[in-house]
Amino acid sequence: MSKDKRFLQGNDAVALGALYAGCRFFAGYPITPSTEVAEKLAAMLPKAGGRFIQMEDEIAAMAAVIGASLAGRKSLTATSGPGMSLKMENLGFGCMAEVPCVILNVMRGGPSTGTPTGPGQSDIMQAKWGPHGDHPCIALTPSTVAEQFTETVRAFNLSEKYRTPVIILTDEIIGHMREAVEIPAEGELEVIDRVKPDCAPEDYLPYDSSKGDVPPMANFGEGYRYHVTGLNHDASGFPTAKPSIIDSEERRLVRKVEANYDDIVKVEEFMCGDADRIVFAFGSSARSAKDAVLALREKGVKAGLLKALTIWPFPERHIKKYADGGVKGILVPELNLGQAVCETERAAGGKCPVEGLFRVDSEAILPSQISGTLERF
Amino acid sequence: MAYDYAKFIRPGRLPHIWCPGCGYGIIMKSMLRAIDSTGWSKDEIVLASGIGCASRLPGYVDFNTIHTTHGRSLGFATGIKLANPALKVIAMGGDGDMSAIGGNHFIHACRRNIDITVLVFNNYIYGMTGGQYSPTTPMGAKATTAPYGMIEPSFDIARLAVAAGATFVGRTTSYHAVPMEKLILQALNHKGLSVVEIMAGCPTGYGRRNGQKAASDMLIWEKEHAVPYEKAKNMTEAEMAGKFAIGVIYKDESRPEYVESYDRAVGLSKRG
Ligand SMILES: Cc1ncc(C[n+]2csc(CCOP(=O)(O)OP(=O)(O)O)c2C)c(N)n1
Ligand code: SF4
Repeated sequence: MSKDKRFLQGNDAVALGALYAGCRFFAGYPITPSTEVAEKLAAMLPKAGGRFIQMEDEIAAMAAVIGASLAGRKSLTATSGPGMSLKMENLGFGCMAEVPCVILNVMRGGPSTGTPTGPGQSDIMQAKWGPHGDHPCIALTPSTVAEQFTETVRAFNLSEKYRTPVIILTDEIIGHMREAVEIPAEGELEVIDRVKPDCAPEDYLPYDSSKGDVPPMANFGEGYRYHVTGLNHDASGFPTAKPSIIDSEERRLVRKVEANYDDIVKVEEFMCGDADRIVFAFGSSARSAKDAVLALREKGVKAGLLKALTIWPFPERHIKKYADGGVKGILVPELNLGQAVCETERAAGGKCPVEGLFRVDSEAILPSQISGTLERF
Repeated sequence: MAYDYAKFIRPGRLPHIWCPGCGYGIIMKSMLRAIDSTGWSKDEIVLASGIGCASRLPGYVDFNTIHTTHGRSLGFATGIKLANPALKVIAMGGDGDMSAIGGNHFIHACRRNIDITVLVFNNYIYGMTGGQYSPTTPMGAKATTAPYGMIEPSFDIARLAVAAGATFVGRTTSYHAVPMEKLILQALNHKGLSVVEIMAGCPTGYGRRNGQKAASDMLIWEKEHAVPYEKAKNMTEAEMAGKFAIGVIYKDESRPEYVESYDRAVGLSKRG
């Protein structure tokens, strides 16, 4: 069989990845540099039996996506900076009510309107801490067009498996660049669906964690009538004010993600084996970092790249391994004024120096900037 | 024989949180009787609410229920309906929920004419947070955040719904328990976006600051200020001052429903 090879834009790859993963609903609000995802899915979803809607704002789009997922459809929304800020309250609701869905944030600079057509990586902390309160966070950071596809499939899988919203944090560079991509054949990539209850409806507890931290989920309309609320609730889904239950449920919510580091956190270790200095990078900055490492290797400098495909939960064990292993230092290039670098420092635990390389002028970090800094280590 | 509500009430969920004399209990009962008359199964009914005293209703009744975020029930409801149009979706919330923070979603849901029934519990005030003014607080009325009296003109929610494009709009009050049931039933059976604005007393947040100390004062006030729409139609603005029309205010069965239009436009003939 001939391979399905296409020359694709990064944003289009997300749309195709979503369809591959079984996404059958999209709600959004136009915003650069994410709009192509909505446009693509407006055309393609109906052909796959799905539906699309452009809502009145991002708040409503986030709400619609959660509603559609509760009614049984895998759902996606796509946005950028200002729109991501508007989604926060309902994103927190999705975490609290444990509703799978995927949110694409094609990052640009900021704050406020920033530079809509320029790249940024300044929403790393927002992804984790944007919604108020303690909550789980899974965020993925693809850095190639091919990864835009595969990581979107992984985002849907993780959201279904862990019953929680998953964020894809990409940026304008990857969203708008074009690369040749081999589209995986049907069945080539695993597609995971939410676990449904196998008990009788009258025995169903929507937040029953007696068999594990991720309770089976019934869709609305399937005979399992239950209540969904953003209030602290017990296993039955109804509000509770009991301190012991509030405590155990909040801890479970965070634990169901944090305790599954090995399953969720994906890091590519490139030329790290004998490396004496490491660059930890993600998204578009990881592309420059790879070039930098290759250039340094040519010169005989033992540089390695830790490329994070998962940024939350933070890849701290991977970083710790190299920090403990005695590297001379870790460099963190990012299109912001220092976000992942602080987490990296925390993970390194003082075992090696950690340095940041920041750029917020709406331009990409150059390989030469990275190699120049790494060389000094 | 008295109507038996037990089949719709979730075991162990009562008593409700509402204050003695709150008009919302009457609404819940009229709504349940109306739902009963549709003949729909409990499994196919979804209730979505926002945040506020009104929005606590879904927790008490045995359907698929979702208590969302303040003002956003219609966003969630729209996603639910588009994902599975076979579901019967009812959205509800207070006047603040639907016309202040949720006002944008309200007008756009009306404009789309998506097949959802919207119940707006209008008690002129923010009940849950303790009596702050809302977009429907009458001019001059007292609220905790309007200690000198309300100076903002109010929204007429039913008229707003008509202007925005809802294809069934009615108004009723908690005094009119039986007409309310019939009006809600008509709204439920209407294909397209239907709105029922229900005037209800909040003795705690509104009445006691505004000359209606007892819950019964509020019911009497509703009775005395409600004018059947057929009569109101022929009255002058001066004659209607301070009063409001009740009954079916607007109905248009000719406009296409949103999900059907979508499916037709994109070639999704079969619903799934
Ligand atoms: C985003 C947000 N802002 C504010 C609140 C606080 N709040 C809760 S209920 C409410 C208003 C309730 O009034 P209304 O919607 O009229 O409903 P009622 O309680 O009168 O039934 C407010 C402001 C909130 N929950 N969420
Ligand atoms: S505060 Fe008002 S609206 Fe809320 S329950 Fe009490 S009487 Fe009803």
